Amino acid sequence: MLLTQNILTALRSLMANKLRSALTILGIVIGVAAVVALMAIGNGATSDITSQIQSAGTNLLSIQSGRMQRPQAGGAPPSFSPLTLKDYQALQAGLSDVAGIAPVYATNATVVFQADSYSVSVTGTSEDYLKVFSYELDKGRFFTASDRQSVKQVAVLGATTAGELFPNAEPVGQSIKINDVRFTVIGVLKAKGSSGFSDPDDIVLIPLETGYLKLFGANAIRNGQKTLNTIAVSAASPDVVDSIKTQINFILRRQHKLSAEAENDFRVQSQSDMLETLSTVTTTLTTFLGAIAAISLLVGGIGIMNITLVSVSERTREIGLRKAVGARKDHILIQFLIETMTLSLLGGLLGIGLGVGIAQTVSALGLINSLVTASSILLAFTFSLAIGLFFGLYPAWRAANLHPMEALRSE
Amino acid sequence: MALIELRSLTKVFQMGENAVHALAGVSLDIEKGEMLAIMGPSGSGKSTLMSIIGCLDVPTSGSYLLDGQAVEKLKDSQLAQVRNRKIGFVFQQFNLLSRTSALENVLLPLGYAGLGARASREKALKALEMVGLSQRVKHHPAELSGGQQQRVAIARALVNEPAILIADEPTGALDSKTGEEVMGLFQRLHREFGQTVIIVTHDPFVARHTHRIVRLADGRIVADMPNPNPIPAGTPRPELEI
Repeated sequence: MLLTQNILTALRSLMANKLRSALTILGIVIGVAAVVALMAIGNGATSDITSQIQSAGTNLLSIQSGRMQRPQAGGAPPSFSPLTLKDYQALQAGLSDVAGIAPVYATNATVVFQADSYSVSVTGTSEDYLKVFSYELDKGRFFTASDRQSVKQVAVLGATTAGELFPNAEPVGQSIKINDVRFTVIGVLKAKGSSGFSDPDDIVLIPLETGYLKLFGANAIRNGQKTLNTIAVSAASPDVVDSIKTQINFILRRQHKLSAEAENDFRVQSQSDMLETLSTVTTTLTTFLGAIAAISLLVGGIGIMNITLVSVSERTREIGLRKAVGARKDHILIQFLIETMTLSLLGGLLGIGLGVGIAQTVSALGLINSLVTASSILLAFTFSLAIGLFFGLYPAWRAANLHPMEALRSE
Repeated sequence: MALIELRSLTKVFQMGENAVHALAGVSLDIEKGEMLAIMGPSGSGKSTLMSIIGCLDVPTSGSYLLDGQAVEKLKDSQLAQVRNRKIGFVFQQFNLLSRTSALENVLLPLGYAGLGARASREKALKALEMVGLSQRVKHHPAELSGGQQQRVAIARALVNEPAILIADEPTGALDSKTGEEVMGLFQRLHREFGQTVIIVTHDPFVARHTHRIVRLADGRIVADMPNPNPIPAGTPRPELEI
């Protein structure tokens, strides 16, 4: 009976100062909404990127050129060694247990069909591209090794690109111009589906050698070597990923003539490496967002403490009277704790509502996917209760320890 | 054995450098069923004596037996329980909770006594009936007159059937007619139920409604006299003698 009385008393006192109560819980509302919304957006982004990495193809290893080398001990100037066509050829000749190797040189270009022009990423690659990146053909055919050798001016379009360039026409067999060079469309890829930040179906694929000769120009050549952005290697099975990584390291170090002490001037990343990197990023992001949310909850908690101290001094006579009619210290303590916890709980519930609302609005607007989890709601809820308890303790303790006679005489 | 036995009570307040002796050795016996007034000018120590008798404060030295129990040795939580069970307070400013109804105000001490909801409600309604407010149980203090508010406060003081009713200037905030009604209520409680009533006042006219008048000055009892013919309630206040 005392508990329900306490809760009633708390609600009455909060209702009597509606504006004050509303302003007091605002800090908690914002803090909790931040926790819920940011965690939802963080979770959404993580699952997007994860599925993107996984859809890029299983057993995938990706090789990139390293950063600028540090100056060597011998005084040699810092060097930058890009991946080259020769590296690809060495890997092609030397690697075993691979399902495919796709060299990649990508550049942005303008594609023109009749009067329509369209800006898109054009990738020069090999016939292994489909297998390595898990694409499938929708129409027509993919280019072959012999297309590459004879420098055929042929192109395969991603589903999005095909739709944009040929809204009404059948793409296969059409002639298009890429940066004023004429290509024939020989195939269209099946859509993989967009997942988050970039559209994997908005691409144009051409034979690598054709690219070097007709399209990429001098940018692709460095020190007389044809360069590559990436070499993607698909392992025959997940078990051999590590052994292939070792082989790649061996072949490329020899290819780049690195001495035994020198660091790699390239990077080999497997999918699990990428997921690991991602989880590091996510953890950092979550910690950062958590810190922001914690600060706003702290500020909200201090607001609650402040207002409760005011309330205790306003109600000194009431506290004195309660003591005179038999309230013990713990009765008064609990009464004020219930009041602060009611405030923070109310703030928490409103904050959860607001946070979920924000997360869903962001998703609905198509800005970024968000994923509200039960654990984030539970966390926010528990946290707001704990804030009420923690920041209510001191004012409640002050109220409980008022001297009954002095409290009764106060104005 | 008397209901209240005070022996050589002192109370010293430290005011900065100075020690103020609010009570300087008070001994007093009050029997069960007595109705008495404690009188004195402000600063005489009557409020301090009242708060010690009411267990709101403890003496610096001396002993206090309430119903055979040594009160000066009790802990905070035990004092709270004594206040709850044995003492009913009535204050000059009523001290009602403004956001709750008359009934809920009267229920307050029963909540701290841990009584169940149904039994509490019955007792509270009975107490309100005793002070003649059965028709006003749902009213909030702001909707009641001063006299009615003081009667709610008296019902609250009585609801736990306390051994002692202590009233601190109970008519001080009321006009003289309403004040007489409240004094009449105390006299009736004393006459019909044998309620022990202690009225603390500076007003000789109010004090003369009781059967015994104890005068305090400078922390000591200076007079303790029976008043064989208390003024009946409703008597008009005599003109001020110049």
